[in-house]
Amino acid sequence: MIPLGHYLIVSAILFAVGTAGVFLRRNLITILLSIEIMLNAVNLSFVAFGRSQGTVDGQIITFFVMTVAAAEAAVGLAIVIALFRHRESLNPDAFTSLKW
Amino acid sequence: MDQATLRFVIQLGIIGLTFFMLINASAALVLAERKIMGFMQQRYGPYLVGPHGILQPLADIVKLLFKEELRPKGADKWLFTLAPIISVTAAFAAFAPVPWGAETTFGGLLDTPVKLGVADVNVAVMVVFAITSMGVYGIVLAGWSSNSKYSLLGGLRSSAQMISYELAYATALASVIMLAGSLSLREVVDAQDGFWFGFIPRWYVFLQPIGFLIYAIAGVAETNRAPFDFPEAEQELVAGYNTEYSSVRFALFPQAEYINMTTMAAVATDLYLGGWHGIPILDRWGLGWLWFLAKVGFILFAYIWIRWTVPRYRYDQLMQFGWKWLFPAAVLNLIATAAFILYFNA
Amino acid sequence: MPDTVLFYVFSAVAVGASLLVIGQRNPMYSIMLLIASFGALSALYIQLDAPFVAMAQIIVYAGAIMVLFLFVVMLLNAPREDAAQWDRTHPLRHPGVTRFGAMLAVLLTVQLVWALLRVTDASAAVGERGDVAELTSVRTVGRVLFTDYMFAFEATSVLILVAMVGAVLLAAREEQR
Repeated sequence: MIPLGHYLIVSAILFAVGTAGVFLRRNLITILLSIEIMLNAVNLSFVAFGRSQGTVDGQIITFFVMTVAAAEAAVGLAIVIALFRHRESLNPDAFTSLKW
Repeated sequence: MDQATLRFVIQLGIIGLTFFMLINASAALVLAERKIMGFMQQRYGPYLVGPHGILQPLADIVKLLFKEELRPKGADKWLFTLAPIISVTAAFAAFAPVPWGAETTFGGLLDTPVKLGVADVNVAVMVVFAITSMGVYGIVLAGWSSNSKYSLLGGLRSSAQMISYELAYATALASVIMLAGSLSLREVVDAQDGFWFGFIPRWYVFLQPIGFLIYAIAGVAETNRAPFDFPEAEQELVAGYNTEYSSVRFALFPQAEYINMTTMAAVATDLYLGGWHGIPILDRWGLGWLWFLAKVGFILFAYIWIRWTVPRYRYDQLMQFGWKWLFPAAVLNLIATAAFILYFNA
Repeated sequence: MPDTVLFYVFSAVAVGASLLVIGQRNPMYSIMLLIASFGALSALYIQLDAPFVAMAQIIVYAGAIMVLFLFVVMLLNAPREDAAQWDRTHPLRHPGVTRFGAMLAVLLTVQLVWALLRVTDASAAVGERGDVAELTSVRTVGRVLFTDYMFAFEATSVLILVAMVGAVLLAAREEQR
């Protein structure tokens, strides 16, 4: 039997990896992928906690997180496409027109 | 040998037998397609290799194995090899949750019966759907990694088609699952046991004729076959996603396609045609899997029949049909089934 | 015993694949590695007696969202050299800053682990409470989803509709008049 703490540690590591990806990478697609990693880490936490409580609620919240992640990925990628059409670049530092 | 070890060995044997049958199915389908096509076109088909051309698939495989392994210069090294691997792995793995026979003790050899099928999962329908949706990656990556315009277009079109028809496919599946009340394929098959009025078998195809039609059409489109194979037929005109492939890597793509066909046929048999039920004598002697094979064989014959009878759809017609006609029909079928169940169970 | 070994194997695959995802220069490789990570996570869900969530993870995440990413990467066909050139000249890519960032990520991990382990009895084995047959049954999930979480369910359906409309509008080309 695996202690709950082990699942939480894996979830924490995944979340930190995702955060590092968002901050350190300079490619819009990779940033969106790192956000997906973070959402998955949270899903793992939910399912682990739900299982340790013996209820099904953890799984159900996971569905909502997945749905939100899908919607956010769709809209995020649409924005990336629109941005790419303007500057022909996927680097977030290319979009500095609002910087003062 | 004690019971536990015997059981283990027999289960390994069942897995090996399933795998062996799948590989042979793809070889037999190569021959069957060409022979049936030939007979429909009033000619003999392959005739020279072996008696009446039976050894033709062997000749094809030997020829493919001896061809030169090419890789285009600009092709992505990893993805080019990974694409056919993904295709064929997904094709084989999708057959794993499909049961192909009843529980049997092999005539008293075992104490407790063993189920004929690689795995009995309680969410089997979703597993099959999940793994077939992974098969899309094989085609997309093949198109992309070939570093060729026509391959990329063919790959994109093919995968867009597969994704679009997955919607109607899943909705038709959901209607049958509602009737059966379980996602486990074995339970769906067992719910179709028995007869109405003594002679009409309780198959779901009689309760869901439109659902079966939608499932069949979506299944044909999912495997890129028959009237929906425009991305492949491009090969005759220009190219397709497997243009730049040769030898073994190429051989894996049609093999994946035939095994996908077999999986679709097997799942359709389990869901709509009652699996291995229908002839009580066979059930009593544990030979239901023969009847299962007959049904799967019939559906595969229907696949080949449709391919060589009907002209193919143009790509935009195909996409319009999938989104504007098939998917709404599947949703209406779902709602009608739900209403039907509520009315009769209230 | 085999359960523990499987847990370590799948966790290692998930974490390793995620680390490689953020380290790849080619977004196609990142996407394929992320699919591998999702597969490993799906296996962890199966170990947690959540087969429906595991399959939904493969169908939704690995089968749909990642295909969306793949299509966008292929259609944009952003040249890789562009990213590399920006990478070399950008101050954030200076080795000192990158190492500091990695150190901050490790610090974040430590903090998260510390916080999560203090939340509850974290040494209790998962899988002791609750009836396994009931938890793995899809019927239970459906029943709770459509009764207790009904409002959230309907709200997410509106959310998906809004996202669809938004994505189509945002990515549409401007009309050339």
